[in-house]
Amino acid sequence: MYRYDEYDQQIVDERVKQYRDQVRRRLSGELTEEEFLPLRLQNGLYMQIHGYMLRIAVPYGLISSRQMRMFAHIARKYDRGYGHFTTRQNIQFNWLKLEETPDILADLASVEMHAIQTSGNCVRNITSDEFAGVAWDEVVDPRPYAEILRQWSTFHPEFAYLPRKFKIAISGGKEDRAAISAHDIGLSVTKNAQGKTGFRVLVGGGLGRTPIIGSEICEFLPWQHVLTYVESILRVYNQYGRRDNKYKARIKILVKALGIDEFRRQVEADWADLKDGPGTLTVEEVNRVASFFTDPAYEILADHDSQLNAFQADSRSFSNWMSRNVKPHRVPGYAIVVLSLKKPGNAPGDATAEQMEVVADLADRYSLGELRVTHKQNLVLADVRQKDLIRLWQEATAHELTAPNIGLLTDMISCPGAEFCTLANARSIPLAISIAKRFEDLDFQHDIGEIDINISGCVNACGQHHIGNIGITGVEKKDHDEWYQVSLGGAEGNHSAIGKIIGPSFTFNQVPEVINRLLQVYLRERIEAESFIDTVRRMGHTPFKEHVYATDFDGEEEESVDKHAVIPAQYSVPYYSPRF
Amino acid sequence: MIIKNKAIIEDDWTVLRLNEQESAGNVVVAAGKMIVPLKVWLAQRDALQQRTEIGVWLASDERPEDLQGDIHKFSVIAVDFPKFSDGRGYSIAYNLRARLGYTGELRAIGDVLRDQLFYMQRVGFDAFAPRPDRKIGDALKALTDFSEVYQASFDQKLPLFRRAPRKGNSTAGLINE
Repeated sequence: MYRYDEYDQQIVDERVKQYRDQVRRRLSGELTEEEFLPLRLQNGLYMQIHGYMLRIAVPYGLISSRQMRMFAHIARKYDRGYGHFTTRQNIQFNWLKLEETPDILADLASVEMHAIQTSGNCVRNITSDEFAGVAWDEVVDPRPYAEILRQWSTFHPEFAYLPRKFKIAISGGKEDRAAISAHDIGLSVTKNAQGKTGFRVLVGGGLGRTPIIGSEICEFLPWQHVLTYVESILRVYNQYGRRDNKYKARIKILVKALGIDEFRRQVEADWADLKDGPGTLTVEEVNRVASFFTDPAYEILADHDSQLNAFQADSRSFSNWMSRNVKPHRVPGYAIVVLSLKKPGNAPGDATAEQMEVVADLADRYSLGELRVTHKQNLVLADVRQKDLIRLWQEATAHELTAPNIGLLTDMISCPGAEFCTLANARSIPLAISIAKRFEDLDFQHDIGEIDINISGCVNACGQHHIGNIGITGVEKKDHDEWYQVSLGGAEGNHSAIGKIIGPSFTFNQVPEVINRLLQVYLRERIEAESFIDTVRRMGHTPFKEHVYATDFDGEEEESVDKHAVIPAQYSVPYYSPRF
Repeated sequence: MIIKNKAIIEDDWTVLRLNEQESAGNVVVAAGKMIVPLKVWLAQRDALQQRTEIGVWLASDERPEDLQGDIHKFSVIAVDFPKFSDGRGYSIAYNLRARLGYTGELRAIGDVLRDQLFYMQRVGFDAFAPRPDRKIGDALKALTDFSEVYQASFDQKLPLFRRAPRKGNSTAGLINE
């Protein structure tokens, strides 16, 4: 993976110093909260319900065991012993003190990490394919370009105060695993018919209030031009993106208002004098950065270890795990292992300090000391020898990291929700836990097969509900009651789609039954090995909708005496929320 | 007092801002060193260009291209930041410098605060009128917050990768085109 040189380290160290001074000025009253707000946000610091939340960048999801141990240290020293991995491959800590955040950043800088631009109206952490470099279907390794873009966007002077946040994702496989069409800029690095490397460039995708699939602005952009072309997209957006209405300020609204052809014309007009200028990438620079991502010295191994087959025959749990959580590696004898942070009963994406240390140890022992964070809030060991799989599974199982549910119903995406976030209308994590309990039965999950259920506590869509096959969104109604809209038909990957709301919203307790009814229609209507989303596409939404609303929901909500009473959280995180 | 060329200096320019009763065509531009709104410049161009020293300022939603033929006539061009979080002024400055070739004083006015100055100087501002309720000496420190940058902008025409030998193997042969 990429290692800092003296330039990277100096920039991050100077940032810590700058930020420390900003915090000092805030604490002394020299800076108002209004002035401090964008400064702290550009450093990933939010003020949430319980205090300050810090979002730390995991560049394109790649992290070393040493860095993971630092997360464990931060969780213990400054937080309450756990952290939350996010859909943008970052990590968040929820219980911090403002005055300690400069020390946290200094600790992070000591392991080549930072929280730069993890929030605010600027270019955010670049996300990528969690299987980059090892994927069986990879055309071009996207990581060097992700790192080049990371450096280019870090403290870009012109684009720190954009109309709104700006998210870039990049993928290099035949299958898109980075949801590039749901990003402000989506880059697919590929090769053309002549074997030249370049990018298919999408622009104006995004979720939130106005979900839109990105439009193609350039079919094939030779690799040399990626920085200057992205610069021109950002310059047009910075000048013409709406600033009068926060909800219409993303680039997708501008692209839609102008139309993709006019937007492209403006970008290319801006680009005319940048093309081939000094911002153009050089062979030397791409080689330099790519040299950090070369293949490790893989051993020559045979595929399909016989011991593995014998053990699979013996152990149903291991066999389930092999079929769901272990993915093919492009090198024979190796495997990609997804460690699930979705054990039913736990908060999706949460990891305790102890688990962080365990995965760091596992990475050191079994996967060359590196890990990846996935946009589905799991962790990946990318280079595991197949002959180590049994031991790895046994050790990880002892720490609740082997729920065999990757891609299945209980591998839900969930935002932190109203217990943590000031934006959310409704709780997300307890709902995810409640759904996971209802469908915990593994045979049932395996029978249903691949399905994405994504939960967001509000329209801002941090839980990416629009691209869930079943999407759940918290909506606010009168008196702060929690209600949930359910949408159907969303998808990520090469056949991305935005789900459609099926009808009137539901209460917390009704949602698991709504999902059950949707699944019943699927079980009734599916043809052979058809997946849930394929059945939805073939049948249309009508039979699903009709079945959901055909009959009443049993056992009406228990009316609590005082709706605003403080209720202890229903899972193992020890706190009380002021709102629920 | 303003910051110009990284030093605190006395400022003898006056920024003209129109009140609600005034219009660009009929406002009386006082004698002396005045920085007038773009609209006033466009409306009173014939008279104003007779002056030996005149400045103009652009609002964040105005286009620097509207000045094109006149750019050499100004002793100072200012760009207004109505709120520090309105980032259009950065692209206006970049376009004035890099595209329109403006070489005179380029001044940031309005909600100009210490923590934005580093970025402002990178896109081409060489003068800053920080908000009067803040210590100008503190603002000056921000210009040296960082000693190195990755990307090209107006102040630094070459990206770091074209200027400095960096760690890694640039002849790895992973891409040859």
